[in-house]
Amino acid sequence: MGGSLNANHLMFLGYGALWTIGLSLIGLLGGGIAGFIVALCRISPSRIVRLISTGYVQLIQGTPLLVIMFLTYFGLPALGVTVSPLMAAGASLTIFVSAYLGEIWRGCFESVPKPQWEAAEGLALSRSQRMMKVILPQAVRIATPPTVGFMVQIIKNTSLASVVGFVELARSGQIINNSLFEPFLIYTIIAVIYFALCYPLSLFSHRLEKRGGPARIELEAA
Amino acid sequence: MHKITRTDTASSVVGLSNVHKSFGALKVLNGVSFEVNRGEVLVLIGRSGSGKSTALRCIDRFETIDSGEIVVCGHRVSDPKLNLRALRQDVGIVFQSYNLFPHLTIEENITLAPCSVKGISKAQAKEQARRVLAQVGLEDKLHQYPEQLSGGQQQRAAIARSLAMQPKVMLFDEVTSALDPELTGEVLKVIEALAADGMTMVMVTHEMGFARGIANRVVFMHHGKVHETGPAAILTSPATPELAQFVGTGL
Repeated sequence: MGGSLNANHLMFLGYGALWTIGLSLIGLLGGGIAGFIVALCRISPSRIVRLISTGYVQLIQGTPLLVIMFLTYFGLPALGVTVSPLMAAGASLTIFVSAYLGEIWRGCFESVPKPQWEAAEGLALSRSQRMMKVILPQAVRIATPPTVGFMVQIIKNTSLASVVGFVELARSGQIINNSLFEPFLIYTIIAVIYFALCYPLSLFSHRLEKRGGPARIELEAA
Repeated sequence: MHKITRTDTASSVVGLSNVHKSFGALKVLNGVSFEVNRGEVLVLIGRSGSGKSTALRCIDRFETIDSGEIVVCGHRVSDPKLNLRALRQDVGIVFQSYNLFPHLTIEENITLAPCSVKGISKAQAKEQARRVLAQVGLEDKLHQYPEQLSGGQQQRAAIARSLAMQPKVMLFDEVTSALDPELTGEVLKVIEALAADGMTMVMVTHEMGFARGIANRVVFMHHGKVHETGPAAILTSPATPELAQFVGTGL
């Protein structure tokens, strides 16, 4: 027991940090794809599709990510489906991120001025053409700063995967601390690494916001 | 209540017949009927809230009507099973706020619909873009973005975008209301040239001098009804006191 912090420990932490990044990317990619679908459903012309997707978003936003992790990791095996920590963490994050990004992106779609939708309709473009060629390119500009900002939330939330035994940065810190009993030192290091991952993203998001993000979106007269 | 009065005759392009429309408890259109023949310019005038913009938007089904009938280029607009995209290929609409797509160049704005809706080739569409831009005097703005253009230029580009779809009728919804007098002039000149070319048009405008010069027919709307209608001459010698007061000839 004991000993002092050495290069092996730092290597182990670095490895954990890599998994934190990996899990964040899984959450961003999976949640991004699912969230895009959620956003489209939320503005669907069909009432039933809107209702279902609204229910999904409210359900997920009203459930702690920790509980979603427990449900997928401990709940599914009770139903006969075994999942690895990586699968459980990845799936939980995907679900969690999809609800939040879906909602952020719905707002971005809707903040493209209504006359833009009408102009596209007036030119006889189909709904998918209006979406892909007129609304989406403008929504992407609006969506970039808040999406980059939300990536910070994703990174921090991956630490919850430690409860299902997934060894990411927080969990690897715990493991090292269990042998070294240097909680202040180790958790300070962990905090610094998280900060180093998140701060550049926050900064980038702020810069995008200041630059006006949607540079070419004119304010509507009238 | 009169039955639909043959709005599908060869020369009739737009026909409204006893159209009613409410927004909630507010009755906006209260039995509106008028007809526009091929090559005609119909100008809708009236106070704010008189229903003129709503009437115009109903023609392109941006608003649905409660009762009555609208027939545009053979499309029964009031029919719930209407093929909306077919209607909108025949009808061009230009808005007060231009509504050019800010992420596309002027050329891309103009070629988007012809390429994606009519399926014509990129090269053909670009050729056409040059032609319609020349028509509105903006042939040098092909590769600029909307934000690089003045309001008047943007509105002319929006007109060109509509023209590229080769509509059978053009609707103009207060297209100069956001422009100063000088820029208004350049836009009106473009519209005059279109009228001279024989384009069928319905427009809502507050430019009385312009209306007098261009209108084959004037429809004065008041409280959701056609209060007075006739040739442009009614603007100088109105028959009803309401129109007289509106055009300010009460002196």
